[in-house]
Amino acid sequence: MRGRAFRGAAVFVGAGGEPRPDRRRPGTSEMTENTAGRLAGADLHRPGFYDRLKINRNWLGFWFMLPAALILMLFLAYPLGKGFWLSFTDAKIGREGAWIGIENYEWLGLPWWDDADNVFWLSVFNTLLYTVVASILKFVIGLYLALLLNENLPFKALIRSIVLIPFVVPTVLSAIAFWWIFDSQFSIISWSLRHLGLLDHNINFLGDPNNARMSLIFANVWRGVPFIAITLLAGLQTVSPSLYEAATLDGANRWQNFRYVTFPILTPIIAVVMTFSVLLTFTDFQLVWAMTRGGPVNSTHLMATLSYQRAILAGNLGEGAAIAISMVPFLLVAIMISWFGLQRRKWQQGGQDD
Amino acid sequence: MASVGIRDVRKAFGSTQVIHGVNIDINDGEFVILVGPSGCGKSTLLRMIAGLENISGGDIRIGDRVVNDVPPKERDIAMVFQNYALYPHMTVADNMAFSMKLRGAPKSEIEARVNKAAGILGLEKLLDRYPRQLSGGQRQRVAMGRAIVRDPQVFLFDEPLSNLDAKLRVQMRTEIKELHQRLKTTTVYVTHDQIEAMTMADKIVVMHDGIVEQMGAPLELYDRPANLFVAGFIGSPAMNFIRGKVRAGAPASVVTDAGGAFPLAIAPQGSDGRPVVYGMRPEHIHLDPNGLPAEVVVVEPTGSETQVVVRVAGSELVCVFRERITAGPGETIRISPDPKLVHVFDAETGKRLG
Repeated sequence: MRGRAFRGAAVFVGAGGEPRPDRRRPGTSEMTENTAGRLAGADLHRPGFYDRLKINRNWLGFWFMLPAALILMLFLAYPLGKGFWLSFTDAKIGREGAWIGIENYEWLGLPWWDDADNVFWLSVFNTLLYTVVASILKFVIGLYLALLLNENLPFKALIRSIVLIPFVVPTVLSAIAFWWIFDSQFSIISWSLRHLGLLDHNINFLGDPNNARMSLIFANVWRGVPFIAITLLAGLQTVSPSLYEAATLDGANRWQNFRYVTFPILTPIIAVVMTFSVLLTFTDFQLVWAMTRGGPVNSTHLMATLSYQRAILAGNLGEGAAIAISMVPFLLVAIMISWFGLQRRKWQQGGQDD
Repeated sequence: MASVGIRDVRKAFGSTQVIHGVNIDINDGEFVILVGPSGCGKSTLLRMIAGLENISGGDIRIGDRVVNDVPPKERDIAMVFQNYALYPHMTVADNMAFSMKLRGAPKSEIEARVNKAAGILGLEKLLDRYPRQLSGGQRQRVAMGRAIVRDPQVFLFDEPLSNLDAKLRVQMRTEIKELHQRLKTTTVYVTHDQIEAMTMADKIVVMHDGIVEQMGAPLELYDRPANLFVAGFIGSPAMNFIRGKVRAGAPASVVTDAGGAFPLAIAPQGSDGRPVVYGMRPEHIHLDPNGLPAEVVVVEPTGSETQVVVRVAGSELVCVFRERITAGPGETIRISPDPKLVHVFDAETGKRLG
């Protein structure tokens, strides 16, 4: 055993060309390694370059990382880089673009410019409205549902699985369902309200700008709530019941229990789940495209749908790419906020939990 | 401070009754320990006093007030939980101040009380720390601090030492006892550890399967256990039991089926020939040249005393001698239980005789 450890260390030291006392191989005590270091010069064979690629810890780590890195490069980094580059060209579908600098961005302009691209800025407004309103609603409803599901309900497991359904249904499928629910002639909502005698005409859900926005937000919230509710529920279940009992004995009522115990303990998980929610809502495409295609009169165009329309349908790849890249600063801000929100709070540091 | 009265209290979870009519009187300023094996209902009873469990029958009085329907926060009690139940997101000071903050006490008063409690428990330097940064013993102390700050009528402890290592447990035992001697607050303390009960309590309540087996001062329970259960539960190492029949006469004895005769000071009245269980504590068995022959099975010296397992007339007995034993396994020594200190129980009912 001693002999084997010795040999392993010797090979390793030889590989680095000089002793590296900070690297430990399993089964190699510090002493044998030092001994090996002293003997290394006089010793055995030095491994070749290819052997080193197989033995050296750093290279091994690199090999294990490589497949994942390649996939990320190919499917994330390359398209992002390509999009970035495209946004500085006048590429059209079927035509290699020429470098035109920031001209695409100049066309988009700034909102207070007279010749700014109003449709683009409308889509920015829509995206922000959509993200902010839908995220807040999703958070409030999701948290409420999570608290509700954390109580002792009859058929708890069944209700929990039912809550997940909107999340499981493919987006386009639910979008088509909502399309029918919000149809100007066949809407079940209009139909029901008319038959109840509360209305005498159909509601123009997707034909009126504000109605269309509200309808889309409603559909997005419907889809997004389960994810938030289930994640927060998982967080709630990590809170020890004795904390609530202690707080109850300390004189806290239900609201104070929530305000001073549940909510603060839940904040780390809220930060994670809301980051995801905001990023996914901001970049939403499927739901809007399936239900309104950005209409009526561009009133529901999000940056993602507008980019698609300009780049793919109209063929102006450069212009579409510029719109898509314009989302990056917004997303960076969101990520920065969440990055600070995700920092381990002081009370989470040190020690173990028990 | 207040007395606590428990009058014919019952508790059922659904159709399972776990506490079957318990009566306990706790005097003002008394330190009472509820002890028993797990599942005996001691924690449930404590939680009923706290108001964390409903009372299915009977009533509980704190001071002059029946508290059956009084919410926990108005019972003026403080509880220390087994897992401490410290709020992880609050500093030590905030943990201790929480109940007073909820009550809306003025800041200066909160600070004074927290500092006083911290002084009593030696927590002054830890006030700004978070629970995760504390050791087990420190967390335990903070949990007590949270109780002291409230200056309640009654302290409730739910197995507060069972998460600590053996050494710390002994130390905290002394601390809690000292604390009680200082504050003289009525205390109800639950544990499954009879040594904790013996060393700390003014009065021990031994519970088993939802009833009180015996109640009394620690040495009273040790000297005159009312039944087999208490006899076996109190004392360490546990009492030896041998089945046999009483033989009256002078000297009286208990004779086993295998023919061993164990001495009695006096046979309980009218018990001649009655089947009984004869109990002797390991520390009440002495070396005696005229005693019963006993084959040594195991010798366990602890330094101050020697624990020896012997076989007498087919039954194994544990003995604790002050003397050092040189005999090895297989050798024979002669022992005799102190007839004035042995216990006799009815074989059928398990009740103490005489």
